[in-house]
Amino acid sequence: MTDISAFLKELISLPGLSGHEGPVREVIARAWQPLVDELSTSRLGSLHGLRRGGGSDPRPRILLTAHMDAIGLMVTQVKDGFLRFTQIGGVDPRILPGQPVTVHGRQDLPGVVVQPPERLLPPGNGDKTVEMEHLFIDTGLLPADAARLVRTGDLVSFAQPPVELAGETLAGHSLDNRASVAAVTACLDELVKTRHAWDVWAVATSQEEVTLGGAYTSPFDIRPDLAVAIDVTFAKGPGANDFRTYPLGKGPTLGWGPNVHPALYTAFKELADRLDIPNSMETMPLMSGTDAMGLQVVAEGIPTMVIGVPLRYMHTPVELVAMKDITRVGHLLAEFIARLEPDFVEKMRWDD
Amino acid sequence: MSAKTQTPHAPILGADSINLLERLSNAVAVSGDEGEVRAIVLEQVKPLADEVKVDALGNMLATRKAKADGALRVMLAAHMDEVGFMLVDEEEGGLYRFATVGGIDVRQLAGKPVWVGKQHAPGIIGARPIHLTTREERAHSIPLDQLRIDLGPGGKAKVGDRATFATRFRQIGPSLVGKALDDRLGVATLIELLKHAPENVELCLAFTVQEEVGLRGARVAGYAFNPDVAIAIDSTPAADLPVWDGSENGKFNCRLDAGPAVYVADGATLSDPRLVRHLAQTGDELGIPYQFRQPGGGGTDAGAIHKTRAGVPTISVSVPGRYAHSAVLVSRMNDWQNTVNLLYHGLTRLNRDLLAQPR
Repeated sequence: MTDISAFLKELISLPGLSGHEGPVREVIARAWQPLVDELSTSRLGSLHGLRRGGGSDPRPRILLTAHMDAIGLMVTQVKDGFLRFTQIGGVDPRILPGQPVTVHGRQDLPGVVVQPPERLLPPGNGDKTVEMEHLFIDTGLLPADAARLVRTGDLVSFAQPPVELAGETLAGHSLDNRASVAAVTACLDELVKTRHAWDVWAVATSQEEVTLGGAYTSPFDIRPDLAVAIDVTFAKGPGANDFRTYPLGKGPTLGWGPNVHPALYTAFKELADRLDIPNSMETMPLMSGTDAMGLQVVAEGIPTMVIGVPLRYMHTPVELVAMKDITRVGHLLAEFIARLEPDFVEKMRWDD
Repeated sequence: MSAKTQTPHAPILGADSINLLERLSNAVAVSGDEGEVRAIVLEQVKPLADEVKVDALGNMLATRKAKADGALRVMLAAHMDEVGFMLVDEEEGGLYRFATVGGIDVRQLAGKPVWVGKQHAPGIIGARPIHLTTREERAHSIPLDQLRIDLGPGGKAKVGDRATFATRFRQIGPSLVGKALDDRLGVATLIELLKHAPENVELCLAFTVQEEVGLRGARVAGYAFNPDVAIAIDSTPAADLPVWDGSENGKFNCRLDAGPAVYVADGATLSDPRLVRHLAQTGDELGIPYQFRQPGGGGTDAGAIHKTRAGVPTISVSVPGRYAHSAVLVSRMNDWQNTVNLLYHGLTRLNRDLLAQPR
């Protein structure tokens, strides 16, 4: 049994920016090793785990994806010992001043994002947001050492340590989407003790935050019959309370919209209700902003589902999730897989 | 046999000094609630001081007598308080509205962990996900009334509790990095000077309260001590960063790695010129690096002390630090050591002749 909470804390203590997922991939591989029959890494850096089902050959295949890459920063210039930087993935510059970071230079260097005093900024900026191009990273090193150890293109990871808060919640950076990696791991854990006919491909995808590179490529070799993208979604909380948000700790969301095959939605919805797993429909009228956008259109197309883990303060270094929601997603996935009949796909119907 | 004259030497800041600074930096002591730092200070000064008292406002006042009669009474002041937050309203689900205490730029708040209350209960200040914001919205800072301290569902604190950024002190290369180094560096400096007290002066150590909200502690401490001379020891901003357009930075206030910042004039005090000359001469003759802080705004406890009673010849000396009043302040070990050196030798060379000169 994986200790999901300890595993997730380890995951969010590791770097693994989009396109550079190595450090986190290694730790996921270690956790998945005893839970799957085969492990491999794709050409774009996704981790593929195959857990064979008990059905007779050829067995149908279900793909579960959770992206493991994290948003972060990248050095654009070393200036008088200070680092200028840009973003990898969507970063609101307003959460940056004062953030601890790790600069992956010739060696890993601790640093902090800093906002220069107003008199060193463009005139008239006043109390408005200081744009990212005017912020710096200070490594605390002397200028000569910073110049020797850091160069343009070096990656910068958030370094806020994990914090456990009340109500069995966990705060930290990169919970988007390592929380879902933990959920997939919980599912694999459960499958070890469960009979399932289908082959299960667990994939920790790369590059979701920037290019969806993992999602577009991993299904090509696997050719799954069904795909499920697991990602975080907006939890209700300060600054986020409208119809696009879902209660924290009150169960997963089930995606509904063009990225989702309606028959899959219905199957998950009915199962969640039968298992008394609280859930909400997450309307995704245009697109889901998840791996599903890639998965759905690989090769001749794949029936795809999206499951969301509610998370507060997305894309800040103090993202917040409820552990209960993570284990609920893992349980729902495992129960769904255990119930999959060999002819599930043939029986899927359009509601025409 | 030759008898070597023992030249007095300034305290050398080693691991013990840094450990003490770390404890002081990690303590939570927002203006008006300085107890956690006061307890550390008391533990440190009690065995060394001749008199220790806590006054009506919470200042910790410690006296160390001189070896000779009629010695100058020198007040050294460093403030124990730091900027931070107070919980002002409880909402459902472990969410608290908060106010800032002291000068904190609201742009420093979003996306930070905090410590709440005497137990340092963990909390976070989040922000709306970037996905749900507009470009126009992101161009403006997030107003305080949209932010909450989140303790997690069911998390409990009390309205009135103080909170600070949850930043753990660390040493990085040549740097000291932590919260509240403004002015725990000053507090630690006073303790070092007490541990190696110059014998020629009576040390009147004021660990003050409420500096960040109006120099209130310093005012009454200055009155109570009624000193001959006063030195406020603080942290001052080093704005020694590149200018956005690459032009020369002529408004750096002071620089890291250039030694203690000696004040000639700030927003609240015109330093006593005899003390400016004395410290500069001390630095020059002993080869201790120092810099003059660029005259301008800002202020220290000196602003209150120099106007107590009939007036007190006063100066400020600060350890340079970048990014004061944010989650993280960056200072240099060598600047702190040189601050201690300059003050120690400045004190040992101080006598009534200096004050006999016309101001």
